[in-house]
Amino acid sequence: MEFIDYYKVLGVDKNATQDDIKKAYRKLARKLHPDLNPNDKEAHKKFQQVNEANEVLSDPEKRKKYDQYGKDWQHAEQFEQARQSQQQGFGKETFSGDFNDGDFSDFFASMFGDKGSGGFRQRQTKFRGEDYHAELKLNLTDVYKTQQQVLTVNNKNIRITIPAGVENGQQIKIKGHGGPGINGGPNGDLYISFHISNTTKFRRDGNDLHTSVDLDLYTAVLGGEIVIDTLDGKVKLMVKHETQNGTKIRLKGKGFPIYKKEGEFGDMVITFQIKIPTNLTDKQKDLFEQLSKSSS
Amino acid sequence: METEDMIVLDEFCSHHQVEISFIRSLEEYGLVETIIVNEAICVRSNELSKLEQIVRLHQELNINPEGIDAISILLKRIENMQHEITELRNKLDFYQKAQ
Repeated sequence: MEFIDYYKVLGVDKNATQDDIKKAYRKLARKLHPDLNPNDKEAHKKFQQVNEANEVLSDPEKRKKYDQYGKDWQHAEQFEQARQSQQQGFGKETFSGDFNDGDFSDFFASMFGDKGSGGFRQRQTKFRGEDYHAELKLNLTDVYKTQQQVLTVNNKNIRITIPAGVENGQQIKIKGHGGPGINGGPNGDLYISFHISNTTKFRRDGNDLHTSVDLDLYTAVLGGEIVIDTLDGKVKLMVKHETQNGTKIRLKGKGFPIYKKEGEFGDMVITFQIKIPTNLTDKQKDLFEQLSKSSS
Repeated sequence: METEDMIVLDEFCSHHQVEISFIRSLEEYGLVETIIVNEAICVRSNELSKLEQIVRLHQELNINPEGIDAISILLKRIENMQHEITELRNKLDFYQKAQ
């Protein structure tokens, strides 16, 4: 636990007036507010620090205590006990209230007490809780079909439905499953980012899947039926005669499911790679020579 | 017939401690849409999240409806750009794998 310089956090000097503090706080709050910085963890963290600094410096009593003990925060409680025993009759500090543990830093809790030892009076301003961010690693085949998963976030199990067709890098928001609100403010949200790895032979481009299929020379020249793999199983495909190397064909509806469009799929784009036969027998070579002569 | 969840504006305003006139001014900027159901002014429940965000910006940062309107446009623009970045990253990944 480190000393936090609240004056530095707000960018004001130690002699700043309440008006200076208010102005500095408002300026930083506008800059760092979670609603204005969606998905920015760093801004959320700084916003909490700014909030905490304002909580202390805008309250004359807390500011006095902070200024008095400052860097010696570790001894604040001992000083306080010694002072109270010497000045019996002055009564206890008047801080009371119901801040939650975790809303402020450990340093803050050490200086001003936590939930158990009495916090401070209720403020008017309610703040939304921190947004949580999580990353879910899945395979491409996992998001080919809609599925349910149970995630554990802060010891709570959350059942989520992952719709088929989720994109790599896509983020979904689960409302109210972030950090608890401050002063009765609403809970933050949980953002889940999907990291989808692809170990299949298909390359994904949006809703379309691309793949290469090897085609023997004879089928390429004469045409015929071949069987190809899709993510949904094998399909039969008629190859046209005289198919050229690199020819692309599009199989409608054999691609990837379209996000949140039940039963709709992108296309499968197949590129034919024609394989020239090797290790020809003498007879086969002879036949190719005959073929060559006939076409010249 | 499909039913739709509605939130009575009076209840929303009293819960969030905002004036109805504030919501009315948001309506003028097209930031929120109200409808009348059984003589009560209501908002659709699917607008609740957006409306709560607007109220937070107003109460916590003292931003007026004009400012909220500008912020909403910019946030939408950021969201679209983030979406575009994700798409472009995936596209780049697609072409890198092809090589």
